[in-house]
Amino acid sequence: MLIEVGHFALSLALALSLVQIVIPIWAARSGDSAMRAVATPAALGAFGCILFSFAALTYAHATSDFSVQNVVENSHTTKPFIYKISGVWGNHEGSMLLWVLILALFGALVAVAKDSVPAVLRANTLAVQGLITFVFVLFIITTSNPFNRVNPAPLEGNDLNPLLQDFGLAVHPPLLYVGYVGFSITFAFAIAALIEGRIDAVWARAVRPWTLTAWSFLTLGIAMGSYWAYYELGWGGWWFWDPVENASLMPWLAGTALLHSTVVMEKRDALKVWTVLLAILTFSLSLLGTFIVRSGVLTSVHTFATDPTRGVFILGILVLFVGGSFSLFAWRAPLLRQGGLFAPISREGALVMNNLFLAAGCATVFVGTLYPLLLESLTGEKISVGPPFFNYTFVPIAIPLLLIVPFGQTLAWKRGDVHAASQRLFAALGFALVIGLIAMAMTWGGPAMAPIGIGLGAYLLIGAGLEIVSRARGYGNSRSSKPAVILRRAAGLPRSAWGTAFAHAGVGIVVLGIAAQGWATEGLAVIKPGQSVASGPYSATLDRVGPRSGENYEETTGFLTIRTTGGDYVGTVETGKRFYPSRRMTVTESGLMTIGVSQVYASIGEVMPDGSIGLRLYYKPLVLLIWLGAVLMALGGAVSITDRRMRVGAPARAKSKPLPPSAVPAE
Amino acid sequence: MTRKSRRLIMIAVCGGVLALAVGLILSAMSGSIVFFRSPSEVAQQGVAAGTRFRLGGLVQDGSLKRGPDQTVDFAVTDTNATVAVQYRGLLPDLFREGQGVVAEGTLGPGGIFKADTVLAKHDESYMPREVADALKAQGRWQEGGKGGVKPNPKTVSAGTPVSPDAATLGPRSER
Repeated sequence: MLIEVGHFALSLALALSLVQIVIPIWAARSGDSAMRAVATPAALGAFGCILFSFAALTYAHATSDFSVQNVVENSHTTKPFIYKISGVWGNHEGSMLLWVLILALFGALVAVAKDSVPAVLRANTLAVQGLITFVFVLFIITTSNPFNRVNPAPLEGNDLNPLLQDFGLAVHPPLLYVGYVGFSITFAFAIAALIEGRIDAVWARAVRPWTLTAWSFLTLGIAMGSYWAYYELGWGGWWFWDPVENASLMPWLAGTALLHSTVVMEKRDALKVWTVLLAILTFSLSLLGTFIVRSGVLTSVHTFATDPTRGVFILGILVLFVGGSFSLFAWRAPLLRQGGLFAPISREGALVMNNLFLAAGCATVFVGTLYPLLLESLTGEKISVGPPFFNYTFVPIAIPLLLIVPFGQTLAWKRGDVHAASQRLFAALGFALVIGLIAMAMTWGGPAMAPIGIGLGAYLLIGAGLEIVSRARGYGNSRSSKPAVILRRAAGLPRSAWGTAFAHAGVGIVVLGIAAQGWATEGLAVIKPGQSVASGPYSATLDRVGPRSGENYEETTGFLTIRTTGGDYVGTVETGKRFYPSRRMTVTESGLMTIGVSQVYASIGEVMPDGSIGLRLYYKPLVLLIWLGAVLMALGGAVSITDRRMRVGAPARAKSKPLPPSAVPAE
Repeated sequence: MTRKSRRLIMIAVCGGVLALAVGLILSAMSGSIVFFRSPSEVAQQGVAAGTRFRLGGLVQDGSLKRGPDQTVDFAVTDTNATVAVQYRGLLPDLFREGQGVVAEGTLGPGGIFKADTVLAKHDESYMPREVADALKAQGRWQEGGKGGVKPNPKTVSAGTPVSPDAATLGPRSER
C-alpha cells in the first residue's frame, strides 16, 4: 500500500513541478506578483512528495518487501541493515529517485531562501528548476519506475552487488549527487538571467553560495569514490581515468572555473557572458555524466542501440537542456551588458588564466572520454583511451594552472605588479625549491617527477599560508610585524579569505600526496605461512590462512604481520577473499595499515591448492594526503559559504573596514 | 596599454592555451591509444610486433599453465583462432578457463602475446563487451546458451550510482 502511495506521490510531484514551471513564467509576463509567489509552495510541495516516495522506497528496502521488483533485484534478507538502506540508491531506479530528491531539495531551498535573491530572479529560477524536476520525474515514471510490483513475490532477493556493500559506496552517491545536482541551481540561475536579460553583481552574489555548496559536495564525493576504488578494488590505484570517474571530474573542473569567474563578476562586473556560459556548461557536463553512467553506453554502444528507452530518453533530456540553453544563450547573451576589459597582469587576469586552463583541461578529459564512444558508434572500431592519454594531456595543462594559483592571489585587482608579486612569492618559491631539492637528494635515482611534484605541492601550500600572513600583516602604513597584531588581524580576515586559503592549501596537499605515489613500491609473491613479502621499508609475514564468515559471506583470510625491514614489529593486517553465495561472487578485501599518513596495503591473490597464497604488498607513502587534501578543499568551500558577504542581499562594500586602498579585497 | 592591445593579448593567450590543448590531444591520440583485436583478427590481419593492443576472447579450456615466479601461460580463443599469452603476476579473482578475458600487451617473437595487464570482472556471468561483440560478429554467440557465454543483463541495466560494473572494467586490471 505504502508503495502505491509512494508511486502516487511521485506522480503528484510531476504535476506540482509542472505548476512550478508554468505559473511563474506566466506571472513574469503579466507582472502578477501573487501568481509569481505560487512557485514557492509548488517547489516545497514537489519536494515533500518526492521525499515521501523516497521514504516509501526506503521502507520497502529496509523491511525487505520482496513484492517490489526493485527490492527483489537489489536486496537479500541476510544483507546487513546499513546496506539495505544504501541499496535504495545502489541501483538505477533508486539512484534516479535520489537524483530528483536532491534536485527538488535544492528547489525548495531556493524557494525558502527569501532574502538573498530578488523576487523575479527567484521565480524564474524556480521555473527552470521545475522544468528539470519535471523531465527527470517523467523519466523515472516512464522508464525507471522503482515502484513496480512482482507477483508472486519471491521468498528471497538477488542481493546487492557485493562491491557496493561497503560504507564508502553507501555515502559516495549522495555526496556526489548533491554536487552534480547542486549545479542545476547555478544553471537555473543562469537561464533565469538570460530570460530576464539582466545580470549583475547581485546575481553573482546570489549564485555563489549554491555553487560553493555544490562544488564542496562534489569534491567530497569524488574523493570518497576515489578512496573506495583504492581500497575496494584491491590493487591500490587511486584514480583510473575511467569514464565514470571522468564523468564526475568534468563538472568539477567546469564548476571550479565557475567558482572563480563569479568572483571576477562580483568584484569587477566583468566576464558576465563567460560566467553564464560556464554555468550552463557545468550543468550540461553533469547531465552528460548522468547520461554516460545511466544509459548503458559504457557497457556497450550496441546495448544502447538495442534497448534504447532509457538511453534515448536521457539523450533527449541532454539535447533539450544543452541545446535549449545554448540556443537561449546565443539569442540572449548579446543583451547582457559587457563589463570593461582589464589589464592582463591583474588578479582578474590571473583568474581568466585559471578559467582558461581549467576549461582546456576539461576539454581534454571530454575528448578522451567521449572519443572512444563516438568512434565505436561511427566506425565500429574499438579503442581504449587509458591513463597514458590523460597523463600526457591533462598533466601539462594542470601544472601551469597550479603555478598560477599563489601568483594570482598575490596580484591586486585591476592592475597588478608582477615584480612586487614575485618578490612576495620569493619566499614560497625558495622554500619549495629547497624542499624539492631535499626530496630529490633523499631519493636520488628515483622517479624525476616526484620531487618536482613535491616542490609544486610545497609551493602551493606555502603560497596559501603566505597570503594569509601577508594580509594579516597589512600593507603600506598599517604594516605591522607584531605577532599579537598579526594574529588579531588574521582572525578578523573575512571568512572567504580563510576559505580560499584552505582550498588552495588543500590543492597543495593533494599534489603532495599524488607526487609521493612516485615512490610507492609493490611486492608480489606466492607464499606459504611463515614466509614473507617485502615492499619498500616494510615486509609482511603470512602467519596463517584461515576461513572466516560474516553476515552474508564466507571469507578466506590471510593473517599478516607487518614488520620494518629492520625486523621491528609494526602491527597486523588481514586481507581476505570474500565469497557471497547470494550472487556467487568473489570480492577481494584489502588489508590496510595506516602509518602516519602513509599506508601499507596488502591484497590477497589466488589461493593455491597447496595452501599458499598470492600476496601483493604495496607501500604507499603519504597516500592519505590525496583525500585529506580534498577534504580540506571542501572545508574551504564550507568556510567560504559562511562569509558575511553571502548573507546580505544588496552588494555593499564594507566601507568601515580600515583597509588601505592597496589592500586586496576578499574573494 | 590600449584597449585594443589588451584585447589582442587576451585573444593571443586564449589561442595559445587552446592550441596547447589541441596539440596535446592530437599527439596523445597518435601515441597512447590502444586498439582491441580478437584472435581471429590477429591471425588474419596480423599485428606488428611491439604494437600495444588489447586481446579479448575466452580462456581456452586446459590451456592454463603456471610457471615459476608467478608466470602464467594461457591461450585466448574466439573458437576460430587462438593466441598464446604469457603473463607475470596475480590473475584476477574470476580468471577461469572458459571465461571471457581481456589482456593488454604486445605480440612478441613467435606470435606469443606478452600481456602486462589482464582484465576480468567480479561477476560470474560477465563477458567483456569486446569479447561478446567479437563472438557475436562471428555468429558464435549463443543467447542464453551453455557455457556461461552470455552477457549479464545486470551489467547493462541495473547499474549503480557510479556504476562500478562499468567503472571496474578498467580498474579491475591486475598488474
